[in-house]
Amino acid sequence: MRNLWLFLRRYNAFFWFILFFGFSMFLVVTNNSFQRASALNSSNSVIGHIYEKVNSWKSYLSLTETNDQLVKENASLRTQLENYLTTDTVAMAKSPVIDSSEFGRYEFIIASVTNNSIHQKSNYLTLNKGSLAGIEKGMGVLAPNGVVGIVLNVTPHFSTVQSLLHPDTKISVTLANTDVFGSLVWGSNVDYRFAMVKEIPNHVKVKTAEKVYTSGYSGHFPKGILVGAVVETGISSGDSFLDLRILLSTNFSNLHHVYVVKDLFSKELKQLEETNQDNG
Amino acid sequence: MARILLFNIIRFLVLIAMQVFLFKNIGYYNLASPFPYILFIFLLPTGISNFLLFTIAFLTGLTVDVFYDTLGVNAAACVTLAAYRVFFMKITIENDMDTFITPILGEMNFKWFLSYTFFGTLIHHFVLVLLETFSFKQFQYTLATIGLSCIFTMAILLIFSFLFYKRKSRI
Repeated sequence: MRNLWLFLRRYNAFFWFILFFGFSMFLVVTNNSFQRASALNSSNSVIGHIYEKVNSWKSYLSLTETNDQLVKENASLRTQLENYLTTDTVAMAKSPVIDSSEFGRYEFIIASVTNNSIHQKSNYLTLNKGSLAGIEKGMGVLAPNGVVGIVLNVTPHFSTVQSLLHPDTKISVTLANTDVFGSLVWGSNVDYRFAMVKEIPNHVKVKTAEKVYTSGYSGHFPKGILVGAVVETGISSGDSFLDLRILLSTNFSNLHHVYVVKDLFSKELKQLEETNQDNG
Repeated sequence: MARILLFNIIRFLVLIAMQVFLFKNIGYYNLASPFPYILFIFLLPTGISNFLLFTIAFLTGLTVDVFYDTLGVNAAACVTLAAYRVFFMKITIENDMDTFITPILGEMNFKWFLSYTFFGTLIHHFVLVLLETFSFKQFQYTLATIGLSCIFTMAILLIFSFLFYKRKSRI
């Protein structure tokens, strides 16, 4: 017994290491398998408040750019509105045609970004609104000029967003000239300006600079939101699909105001799709 | 004694704040990201008990993790760093384990400090990056990340050390 005690004392550093390292590993593993639903993340109210404080100072530094972005968005919205007012329907064909049956399907909740990361392998954002403002898990998040990500966790006053710059994020997109659809993933894991579109069939001819829009199939995002433009085509992934490299229209290094998309039909859609799975 | 405690608390607050608000946003794409907060663990005084050292290292890692949304990853890396520290101290410093010296550049010689921080940073980043990727796919990419991040962190650590360099007051 005494020898055992001496042995434990002599190599105590090693045993402490095993104990603490084991506990850390336990945290890592549980945190991964529960999709980071743990209370100790950045939507936690204490950390959220600290980030919000820091951000309230930081936001002054980029006021000019933010204003510029908002003015540009206003201008583009005005142009779109003009399209509906003209009697000449041929002029409308320039922008993607929007199905009028989908009017009133989506609501947009304005939120500002209190924390953003672009240099990690899995990037997350924190927004300053939560379940009290109507944000729920799984909603899409848009920036003035493109898509941002999908809501991951919600607390009453904050929410975290799984950015598009995350290996698990997949968004259904379509091309401007052809009606095929593929899925948008970050892919590169290195550069926050570029992403990949995968699963485009091989026979489709894609030109560079062709615009990429959301398809609206996933229900996270409305149809026809600009995602980016193709910069490189014909990347072969080894099977019968084509990969495209696209330049994202969202500037992830400078995100301040975002819109959380609330799909009013999401519950209905989910119910319907669940019945499909039961039968098939 | 109170002085050492005060200095360590200040060092902790400043380094963690810089890490989560400044260095988190700095990086060379995703290949290199600096983690200079580990300087706090390097500079804990010699002669503290192993249990205290491991607890402090674990809590430091956990604090950074909470801000990074990577629960446990930094904590594991910091605990490994603490184990390395115990080992390195045992083989390089002789028997004065009861005196409290901050192993800073002015107290120790440059060669000792450089090897101490370099291998520590390497081990810390190795565990950190490996746990973060959690796979052996594209292992050369992971190794490149470890190497480049290590150089990045070392550069910042040395800049900090020289900024607060004080000539040895005793022999």
